[in-house]
Amino acid sequence: MRIAVIGGGIVGSLIARELTRYESAVLLFEKEADIGWGVTKANSAIVHGGLHETPGTERARLCVEGNRLYEELSRDLDVPFKRVGAYVVALSHKELPLLQELYEQGLRNGVPGLEMHDRGTILTREPNLNPNAVAGLWSPSVGITEPWSLAIAAVENGMENGLALHVAEEVTSIEVADGRVQGIVTGEGEYELDAVVNAAGLFADRVAEMAGLLEPVLLPCRGEYLLLDKKVGNFISSALFPTPNKLSKGILVVPTIDGGILLGPTAQDLNREEKEANETTRHGVQEAIEGARRLVPQLDLSFVVKTFAGLRPETTDKKFVIGRTSIIGFFQAAGIRSPGLTAAPSIARFLVRDVIVGDLNLTGKRSFTSTHHKIRKILDLPVEERDRLIEADSRYGRIICQCNHVTEGEIVRAIHRGARNLDGVKFRTCAGFGRCQGGSCTDKILLILARELEISPDEVTLRGGDSTILGGKVRT
Amino acid sequence: MEKKLTCVSCPIGCGITVRIEDNVVTRIAGNQCPRGETYAQQEAIDPMRVLSTSVRVIGGEFPLVSVKTDRPVPKRLILQIMNYVRTLSIEAPVKIGQVVAEYLLGMSASLVATREVHLAQQRTSRSISENSL
Amino acid sequence: MREKVVDVLVVGGGAAGMAAAASAGAQTLLLECDAEVGGVLNQCIHTGFGLHRYREELTGPEFGHRLLGELERSRAEVISGCTVIDIEHHGPVVHAVGPEGRLRIRPKALVWATGAGERPFGSLMTPGPRPAGIFTAGLAQRFVNIHGFLPGKRALILGSGDIGLIMARRLHLEGMEVAAVVEVQPFPGGLTRNVVQCLEDYNIPLLLCHGITEVHGRDRLTGVTIAQVDKSRLPIAGSERHFAVDTLILSIGLIPENELILPFTPIDPVNRGPRVNSLMQTEVPWLFAAGNNVVIFDLVDTVAAVGEMAGASAALYARGELPQERLTRLVRGENVLHLVPSSLVAESPTVLYLRVSRPINAAMVHVGDVISRKQSVVRPSEMIEIHIPQDALRELVKKDEVHVKVTEG
Repeated sequence: MRIAVIGGGIVGSLIARELTRYESAVLLFEKEADIGWGVTKANSAIVHGGLHETPGTERARLCVEGNRLYEELSRDLDVPFKRVGAYVVALSHKELPLLQELYEQGLRNGVPGLEMHDRGTILTREPNLNPNAVAGLWSPSVGITEPWSLAIAAVENGMENGLALHVAEEVTSIEVADGRVQGIVTGEGEYELDAVVNAAGLFADRVAEMAGLLEPVLLPCRGEYLLLDKKVGNFISSALFPTPNKLSKGILVVPTIDGGILLGPTAQDLNREEKEANETTRHGVQEAIEGARRLVPQLDLSFVVKTFAGLRPETTDKKFVIGRTSIIGFFQAAGIRSPGLTAAPSIARFLVRDVIVGDLNLTGKRSFTSTHHKIRKILDLPVEERDRLIEADSRYGRIICQCNHVTEGEIVRAIHRGARNLDGVKFRTCAGFGRCQGGSCTDKILLILARELEISPDEVTLRGGDSTILGGKVRT
Repeated sequence: MEKKLTCVSCPIGCGITVRIEDNVVTRIAGNQCPRGETYAQQEAIDPMRVLSTSVRVIGGEFPLVSVKTDRPVPKRLILQIMNYVRTLSIEAPVKIGQVVAEYLLGMSASLVATREVHLAQQRTSRSISENSL
Repeated sequence: MREKVVDVLVVGGGAAGMAAAASAGAQTLLLECDAEVGGVLNQCIHTGFGLHRYREELTGPEFGHRLLGELERSRAEVISGCTVIDIEHHGPVVHAVGPEGRLRIRPKALVWATGAGERPFGSLMTPGPRPAGIFTAGLAQRFVNIHGFLPGKRALILGSGDIGLIMARRLHLEGMEVAAVVEVQPFPGGLTRNVVQCLEDYNIPLLLCHGITEVHGRDRLTGVTIAQVDKSRLPIAGSERHFAVDTLILSIGLIPENELILPFTPIDPVNRGPRVNSLMQTEVPWLFAAGNNVVIFDLVDTVAAVGEMAGASAALYARGELPQERLTRLVRGENVLHLVPSSLVAESPTVLYLRVSRPINAAMVHVGDVISRKQSVVRPSEMIEIHIPQDALRELVKKDEVHVKVTEG
């Protein structure tokens, strides 16, 4: 069996990995230059508990189950995951009935450990919270992660189990004959296939169209964020949510894995054509700031090192579209809106184990390796191991990113594992992700990329395509 | 003809007006001190600048060596000097103060290196240990 | 792992650190994270350095070379390519790592001379996508002057600090088109001399009271929209102008680098560096500080002078010879933004470094009621240096605190 997964986001990556558990040839196609650069890269990085979901829905089930799966998955794939817990905060007595409703909804969804906390408790645990807060719904299973790291790790683990990765290769058409998938055509060539899984994120509707399907229709919703550097200190310890309205979870204040704080997202519905409109706007950034300040009024914006926007796919009925289609061999995991990151592990498991395996009659592999090691930060290793590594290769002792203490050895490893540009290195190693945002190390990383990829420095890009960094030599 | 200049002799930055007749300064006004007068005299007729730039290095640890003119050169000739500098190259090692080019455009000014450039070490891609990382 | 016990450890091999190590002398170790010492001097190939320290006009690399000579003569040990990653402040014990492995140092005194980093683009919160082609000026300068690569074809420069002005000229002479230098304040951020010799010489427009309102381009920058700003620096509707450029160079400020000492060292929130006395001693007795991590200085000559003071003081401290005296606090008064030091020590040569927050013509600088100095012009772009004579110092240190202010003359 030859199966292609279209889309190297968190969902496609986890599906591709899941498929490598079975006897089959699995190919993963991603149009961008690296894994996890679409919806996966720019979101709240929260593993939700599940209390926001309507009971009885597929989304609620996949969310709560996905949260549970994160524990083992993050351990297997060596991806950071911290159950920091979350407070949904009522800022006035008027919001208390809604909070109570949310509590009961969470209970019905099977969200573990929910507790209502009074003002005293929440302000003791979150001293920077708005002092007008009247109560908080504590959801201890809420976690934070690095979505792109999870996608990269899933793909790398998949490759260890036989997955063939095709990045910077956009699928342009899908061959269907007699109601059955025959293959795909990409910018690079043609592939004969038995099955295709559409996990193309925002563009899953275009991919579905290629197969002749009119559903789903995906509309982008833009969310803008601000990132504060870890210099901000222990300003908050858990994820903070406002009491939600019917449309969205609202603007959150969330700790990040590396100790910073993320504010956002806003929610701006865009036209169907605006799927690349991930620019920030003056209004959006302002709205994110105001929203965050309602929760933590003392927030110091001088720690902001970055603003960014992410687009998330919305279907008209807000439902996930997961499963088989009218075309034999064409499966979908589309319309994966919030809480898509949380649900991704359970989506992958459900779609592969409960649908695809049966439909395609796949048999399990004996040799599947479920564990994977990320590029370990040298400075997080026990000192003896660190010494041994530096002695074996001095590049593990040469620190390139002074903010996050990333060594040349880690950068070279990232390149050998598939990083092809500055963002590829940044998302794999955190080099350039710190308070200076690459101001002091971009040149060094660029030269290492050029050397390792055996290209000229002026061919190195920020993130593939036409995003070259340099404009020619000073003396030719 | 009148020219308006900003004096750079000190941080005050006086606005100086200079009257020039037949390429001779006939009147200087607006300066608060004698240094301004000296500055304006030269600046109005033929402004002079030290040029600092880079010259290509062959076989060096860096592709360029920083250089400067060892004395001020006429501002009007700087683009011409730059065109000449683009044609130059020098072999590593380069010593600081080393003369890279003499008699720039036939003037007495030379171009001198302002840093050391040692011989290059081989920098090539090589495999890296995946050992327990 | 190697262990070292030294009198003085200097962290950072830029101008401040080199001068500090040179003046601290034997039994001193200097750690530099880069492959060579010199710091930002190596990339500043333009002239304008050394007029105070060496009485001649040098380029950055030449200034660095002189300092290196002083450092070599001092017999201080230098280890480059080695980054400090942790400081145990009880002890103190300093942990570093380099290609040679781990290094553990027990110094009697430490000089913190890590300089400053450039404020990143992201902190401006500029609307738009995030394309390639946006550089901090220092990064662009390293690409051009050290590595020999141009950042693009047509550039706009945001910020008229000296490095922004210097880069405008450098890029122009290297064949790039520099569309304009954009400055949000009503006056240039850099020295008048640089405005004249970097911009006016080459007809590069300087647009004061303007800011960037949007960047454009998905992969590579394709343009920048700027607008005039009002008094509160908000864009004025209708004043927008578009520049089709593929490069944006930022000279929008430097941030003192103090990450590792922040947890245990009192910081002056305005200077954004450790509070130091006139001996450049922080409020942690064994910790001294010098250079742009204390406050952003204008001149490398000043940075080296302050480094020398820190190094000499640290060496005295290591030998137990630094006077432990009652301190006189210096307090910011009218129109004083940056102020170093935070306190005075009796009997030591004392220089005050201060920066005003707004320009004044015919100003008067007051240090308590002891010193009143006329200054024909004061500007935020030019730091004021006040050398305090010994007799004045004796008067000043009688008090618990002294106010420093800059008033209309």
